[in-house]
Amino acid sequence: MTGLPSAASSAPPEVVLRLDHVVKRFGGLVAVNDVSFDVKKGEVFALIGPNGAGKTTLFNGVTGLLPPTSGSVIFEGREIAGTKPHKVAELGIARTFQNIRLFEYMTALENILVGEHCRMHAKLWDSLFKTPRERREEKAVTERAMDLLRYVGIDKWANSYARNLPYGGQRRLEIARALATKPRLLLLDEPAAGFTPQEKVELMRLVGRILESGVTVFLIEHDMKVVMGISKRIVVLDHGEMIAQGTPEEVRANPRVIEAYLGKQH
Amino acid sequence: MIGWFRRVWETDPRKDPNSVVYIILALVALTFPIIANVLSGGKPNFLLSVAGDAGVYVLLTLGLNVVVGMAGLLDLGYAAFFAIGAYTFAFLASDHLVVTPLQMAVHIPFWIVLIIALFVAASFGLILGAPTLRLRGDYLAIVTLGFGEIVPRVFKNASVWTSGVNGISALDTPMLPFWLQGPWSGDPLQVVQNFKIFDPLAYYVIMVVLLFMCVILVRNLQHSRMGRAWAAIREDEVAAAAMGVNTVQAKLLAFSIGAAFSGFAGTFYGAKLSLVSPENFGFTVSITVLVMVVLGGMGNIPGVMAGSLLVYYVIFILLPQLPDLAVSLANAIGLSGLTQSSGDFPGIGEFVSRLKFLVFGLILVVVMLVRPQGLVPSRERQQELTKGTHDDTTIEDVNAETT
Repeated sequence: MTGLPSAASSAPPEVVLRLDHVVKRFGGLVAVNDVSFDVKKGEVFALIGPNGAGKTTLFNGVTGLLPPTSGSVIFEGREIAGTKPHKVAELGIARTFQNIRLFEYMTALENILVGEHCRMHAKLWDSLFKTPRERREEKAVTERAMDLLRYVGIDKWANSYARNLPYGGQRRLEIARALATKPRLLLLDEPAAGFTPQEKVELMRLVGRILESGVTVFLIEHDMKVVMGISKRIVVLDHGEMIAQGTPEEVRANPRVIEAYLGKQH
Repeated sequence: MIGWFRRVWETDPRKDPNSVVYIILALVALTFPIIANVLSGGKPNFLLSVAGDAGVYVLLTLGLNVVVGMAGLLDLGYAAFFAIGAYTFAFLASDHLVVTPLQMAVHIPFWIVLIIALFVAASFGLILGAPTLRLRGDYLAIVTLGFGEIVPRVFKNASVWTSGVNGISALDTPMLPFWLQGPWSGDPLQVVQNFKIFDPLAYYVIMVVLLFMCVILVRNLQHSRMGRAWAAIREDEVAAAAMGVNTVQAKLLAFSIGAAFSGFAGTFYGAKLSLVSPENFGFTVSITVLVMVVLGGMGNIPGVMAGSLLVYYVIFILLPQLPDLAVSLANAIGLSGLTQSSGDFPGIGEFVSRLKFLVFGLILVVVMLVRPQGLVPSRERQQELTKGTHDDTTIEDVNAETT
């Protein structure tokens, strides 16, 4: 893959994202309560929990869409809680959405080109007069976007409207669009939702390749096979509280996790 | 260039109506002086003058299309920027400032004022946009509506500077730039010497040049980094922000570029009419331009131009002629009795004249029913309104397949 960030160094794992006592309140409702954990460079880190546990709220807190009420979010040693979403993307965090949010009436290629937006340099003047600089950049960026479409395997739909892509293609397009922002941390919100077993396997492979290219992956997922299969460490949220953290095996054996998912044993 | 012509020639007009509309518009624009000459039997000035005025609306429509069509921001007060452009020209190119506290006339050439007005209008776009663009959808529409009301009212009431309802008159006539008059100004034909632009043909030429320029610029913009950012904001503002688009900045830019166009339009309008008055920039202007954008095909440049020409024709040419047409129709089919008033009936001419705007409304309703996506829609709008009827697989189908 050409344009993606270069492979991760083999230096000891450093913390890419640190959440420190993050709280998010909506009026009287505490959606996320005092959550702290570290995401380390070069790992697949998973966030699981029953519906309404506050997983997506946490993602929104990290990406600046709904800043946390208190606590700090530190990305590569830099406080980003309360930073505007577009700044967060510029800093190197990209995300996908649980209920796909593509630009429906733009083509797949254009969707990715929007992702490239924050890495482009064309000023208004360049665009108005189509300066050579602008033409060069457009050409380079379009090539890179095509590369990305091939990378996730949907290049045959490059010129179809995003809404006309099959469901799996839309999920992939969202990932490709996020990768177009050249992130160092990729947040995936239920990437396997609605997938067939075959598609899930392909997705896991894709995540593996993204990881190899040096992007740390932080994902929310309901499908235990996917989660257990690809993630190195897992955090479990229930009712906004962090109830467990550890390797897949540790989490699977944790009684509080079993209780949260299956209810108390009688 | 030849390649482009061939490509256009070979495109199927049903698949790509845009190229066809561009070509028709360009050809009509270039040959209109001849057409007008033929139609009017050698006295084309009236038609050319009307065409120049129509051009003002095309320019306004192009500008509003950036705001409404491309960035998806509903602006109901667009005439405010038109007014600002026109008043900029009035202040900078007339004797008017003598009677204001400034007490000195400023006479800046038309061509330079065009540029100045562009920047003045764009700056007002920024100033008015900054506090409001955090609002979304309907709320933004209401606030812009407010601005659209405030600006003409300010021009009306700040009479020390603007002479109020009387407006500012006797504005300068554009002159050809001196360097154009240079080498040949002494030739016996004296074509260009001291060429003052009184001629409707000259105004028409200026307008066509302006339009060609603006269409090229705005087209470039649509297919650029910023154009895509606008489209993304229109489609899903949250996702756009999460993908690194500075939405506030992009929306401000759309607003001020839209305003810049009406700065152009205002300057031209002021120069051609040689008069500006607050009455000319009311809510109806904003709405008319919005109707042109929507009816033509939001977001599609040739579409909105076609829309603005059609609506201009209906409002300013067809409707005023309607009573006369009705009278001659009545005479022609032997119902000349209808032309006289009797009892409550005021005569067919007056009757039709009272119904003018009903007819206008009907035309709008019919056009929107027949072509809800606009006359020449953008691909997006076309898709949106034919959801599910195409051979493309829709998301719903695929969902059904996968679950």
